[in-house]
Amino acid sequence: MPAATFDPKNFPETEEDIDFTDIEQAYPLPKDEGFDSLVVVDNVPVVDQSKEEKLVTVLKKLITKAAGPIKENGLFMPTENKDGKRVSKGYCFVDFENAESAHAAIKNLDGHRMDKSHVLAVNRLTDIEKYTAMNDQYVEPEQEEFVQKEHLRSWLTDSQARDQWVMYRADDVSIFWNRKTETPEHEYSRTNWTETYVQWSPLGTYLTTFHRQGIALWGGPSWNKIVRFVHPGVKLIDFSPNERYLVTWSNEPINVSRIPEGSVNPFTEEDEGNQIVIWDTLTGALLRSFPVVQTGDAPKAISWPMFKWAPTEKYFARLVAGQQISIYEAPSMGLVGKKSVKIDGVADFEWSPANPNSGDDKIFQKEEVLAYWTPEVGNQPARVTIMGVPSKEIIRTKNLFNVNDCKLQWQSQGHYLAVKVDRHTKTKKSTFTNLEIFRLCQKEIPVETLEIKEAVIAFAWEPKGDRFAIITTSDPNLGVSAGPNGQAPAILKTSVGFYYLDNSKAVVAYRPLKIFDKKTSNHLFWSPKGRHLVAATLRSTTVFDLEFYDLDLEPAADKKDIAKEDVGANVHLISTQEHYGVTDVEWDPTGRFVITGSSMWRHTADHGYCLWDFKGLLLFRQTIDKFKQLLWRPRPESLLSKEQKKKVRKNLRQYSKVFEEEDLAVGDAATAKLVATRRKLVEQWYTWRKQTEKRVAEERAEVGKEIKTASDEGKLEVVEEWIEEVVEETEEIVE
Amino acid sequence: MRPILLQGHTRSLTQIKYNREGDLLFSVSKDKIVNVWYSHNGERLGSYSGHQGAVWTVDVNSTSTMAITGSADNTAMLWNVQTGKCLKTWEFKTAVKRVEFNEDDDMALCVTEERMGYPGTVTVISINPDLEAAQSDEPVATIVNDGGPKAVVAGWTYLNKFIICGHVDGSITQWDWKANEKLNTIKPHSESLTDIQFSTDRSYFITSSKDKSAKIFDTITLDELKKYETDTPLNSASITPKFQEFVIVGGGQDAMNVTTTSARAGKFECRFWHKILEEECGRVRGHFGPINTIAVHPDGKGFSSGGEDGYVRVHTFDSDYFKFKSDH
Repeated sequence: MPAATFDPKNFPETEEDIDFTDIEQAYPLPKDEGFDSLVVVDNVPVVDQSKEEKLVTVLKKLITKAAGPIKENGLFMPTENKDGKRVSKGYCFVDFENAESAHAAIKNLDGHRMDKSHVLAVNRLTDIEKYTAMNDQYVEPEQEEFVQKEHLRSWLTDSQARDQWVMYRADDVSIFWNRKTETPEHEYSRTNWTETYVQWSPLGTYLTTFHRQGIALWGGPSWNKIVRFVHPGVKLIDFSPNERYLVTWSNEPINVSRIPEGSVNPFTEEDEGNQIVIWDTLTGALLRSFPVVQTGDAPKAISWPMFKWAPTEKYFARLVAGQQISIYEAPSMGLVGKKSVKIDGVADFEWSPANPNSGDDKIFQKEEVLAYWTPEVGNQPARVTIMGVPSKEIIRTKNLFNVNDCKLQWQSQGHYLAVKVDRHTKTKKSTFTNLEIFRLCQKEIPVETLEIKEAVIAFAWEPKGDRFAIITTSDPNLGVSAGPNGQAPAILKTSVGFYYLDNSKAVVAYRPLKIFDKKTSNHLFWSPKGRHLVAATLRSTTVFDLEFYDLDLEPAADKKDIAKEDVGANVHLISTQEHYGVTDVEWDPTGRFVITGSSMWRHTADHGYCLWDFKGLLLFRQTIDKFKQLLWRPRPESLLSKEQKKKVRKNLRQYSKVFEEEDLAVGDAATAKLVATRRKLVEQWYTWRKQTEKRVAEERAEVGKEIKTASDEGKLEVVEEWIEEVVEETEEIVE
Repeated sequence: MRPILLQGHTRSLTQIKYNREGDLLFSVSKDKIVNVWYSHNGERLGSYSGHQGAVWTVDVNSTSTMAITGSADNTAMLWNVQTGKCLKTWEFKTAVKRVEFNEDDDMALCVTEERMGYPGTVTVISINPDLEAAQSDEPVATIVNDGGPKAVVAGWTYLNKFIICGHVDGSITQWDWKANEKLNTIKPHSESLTDIQFSTDRSYFITSSKDKSAKIFDTITLDELKKYETDTPLNSASITPKFQEFVIVGGGQDAMNVTTTSARAGKFECRFWHKILEEECGRVRGHFGPINTIAVHPDGKGFSSGGEDGYVRVHTFDSDYFKFKSDH
């Protein structure tokens, strides 16, 4: 649009003189055509007068049934004179009572086969006009200029290798850099960036924001929008492990006709009524949509992620509880082997995180592996099965008895699978837990049963390790959701236990490393690098303990002998802390820091977060009104090879020296700065005081009222107080 | 050191005040009672009875002969400190929320509530320092903030030059009270003021507000000198006169919400802030309700706090307090 030019001497005098054509061109108003309810039906049989009435009746009946009510005299079939006979022209106009019926007619009747040679073609009247008015000349689409994308992993190039986090408070979403004990450095913020919450993609490339119309991914140094996915009412999302695909779920079935005209509409009629959509994050294209499978009568709470991804992203699968597991291939989105795997009663499944192509010499399976379990039915025992994909070959099974529930827990490399089996005694009066540990890192996959006498309320593998931690309880209050009179549930007395794979004896088995009794913890958070663990007491109203454990704390040199005998000697509770109102615990991706947050979504007061180091030392704390969410930005796998990492580890001293010097310099500078500002403040204050005191004294002297001292020092009155106390009283009768 | 607990009130405290020497502590409460205590041992010297409603405020003159109180029974009363005799009762149209003697002890200001069609006022009454003399009924001056928000607290500047008023909307006004003229208005707080206390020489003052902050201002220019931002609504703020450059602030969650949370969540602590550096230095716990009023001993060796829980806690500073030195 050309820039508006003003001639101050020659303003138009009346409104009519103003030339509005440019504005009208730029903002054309849609004319109300009123033809929305009109459709044209083509390929109607050509009939002569004698059959015309019959055909009209047939058509009316057909159309009314398939689409909706037609206006009175709404069906008009033009005729022409041919060889002296009046014959119909082979098409007719239908005027419906409303536009929805017209829409339905196009949807239902277009392509309808009336008889062998007549297939109806139904079009909107306005469309016909539109298409006939189209230019027949082929115009080559303009090639869009290639725009270089921003470096999506720019945050990894930070010179100090710091980590970022996203914080959501009130209506603001902000990105910060962690600066340990100092106020975090602000990177970027936006008000109303999201409507519900935010989520990072698993490798940290994208920040996902949720909106009424869909979701958007953001990233790069400028935090621009990278791609947008239209999915009205989207509530939950899930990325595939390498961020290639995105699964979104909305509680509203897709309704193509309700997507406002003019906005981007990725859906076709095939997607009508579906609630789950799979997208390609790179192109933003819709790959396939799925309906929600109703298994029971009542709509159950949906379990998320609904589609679970294999680590290579080649396959993804969905459970139809009690019936089957549907395994799909990506990116073709077709079922593997064209059919689902029917498994009677199947209750849950999990993919092994092991990538068969990773070159891990402890992984023997040459394909993806998933584990599922089926509960007891009649005489059939409960069973845990490990299956290969795509061959669908059963690799290993294990039968179980008296089972209440199972939880499948893969170790992060897929070397082990622990099945937490909640069992009941024969009388069904008490429950206890067994751990069935499948060792997939051995060729024959031995299974070991570890009997835990108490109920296990939390289980977690050490990432990339072969140890695990559990929280057990024998508290009778377990499972009591609320005390009498609506009191908050009692705090369970729990124990935190660590187990390791004992190779020293003839029978290789998991044995306890160390158990810590008399705890209240109910959640486990391993450091992503292993070794360190935080056990937290969450969802309680009175206890907010955080316990920091170190599993490999080297004992002092003089105590090394004892350590050799006691396997658990290196396991230590190094710090017990408290964060009042804590609701969330998050390790940073490097395993050096932990952030505990108190979110307004779960707790009523004291919102904010604390930053701890892995030893449980409080580095920074901030109270933030209306604090909602804080998430560390994940990091992708390191690009260094094993050898390179080894080299770094070997020369760690040299590297750390450099970093320590840098830290020290920064620290010194910060301290110096702080001291300087403090000095300045103090100086300013006393200068002001001196001036003011002088002024006040002068003013007082003027009116002859000298200042009175606050308390008349020197005239202090000393009050002596005698206290008599009867120490003992004996009565003697004096003769 | 363990504080002395003064258990002489059955309802929440509204104001406490030391006399000039600091040996006496006056406390008033919603239970209609005015008590006076020996500050060094917590022994009660006596009480002044006569008010028919909650007592909102108290002040004592510099020679500790007279005390004035203001109450919800629409009166201000003048008392003989020593005998407990009521020397004079001033009737007002509405409740008296704040009283203060001027530095010459010959006048006192009374802040009255805006209610039942009566505007809120700051009324200056003259006081005859002679205990035997009759007191005048007629006010010396009446300040009305016409149409503006009502005053909730007020105080005298040095040499009785001005009256500083704190208002319900968070604004502060400075008045030439003799000419009944508003000289200056600022709005440093976003919510109602709750307390105003002056430095010993009355050249600066501290305000506390429901907006969770306390601020220090110059009495003449009304320049904002310092601010202290906390995480809870504040009810009182006080300046330590000696030894340390501190301010003590206190408050807590609104009284009406107190029962819904634990004592810790209510933040019923006295917080010590470094006056110049604007950094929090420490907290003193103890009350199990919001803190309504704080007063520092004039010799700077201790402080007292009165809470919604009905207790006055009299603290004497430990030796560590006097040794404290911030790095600068």
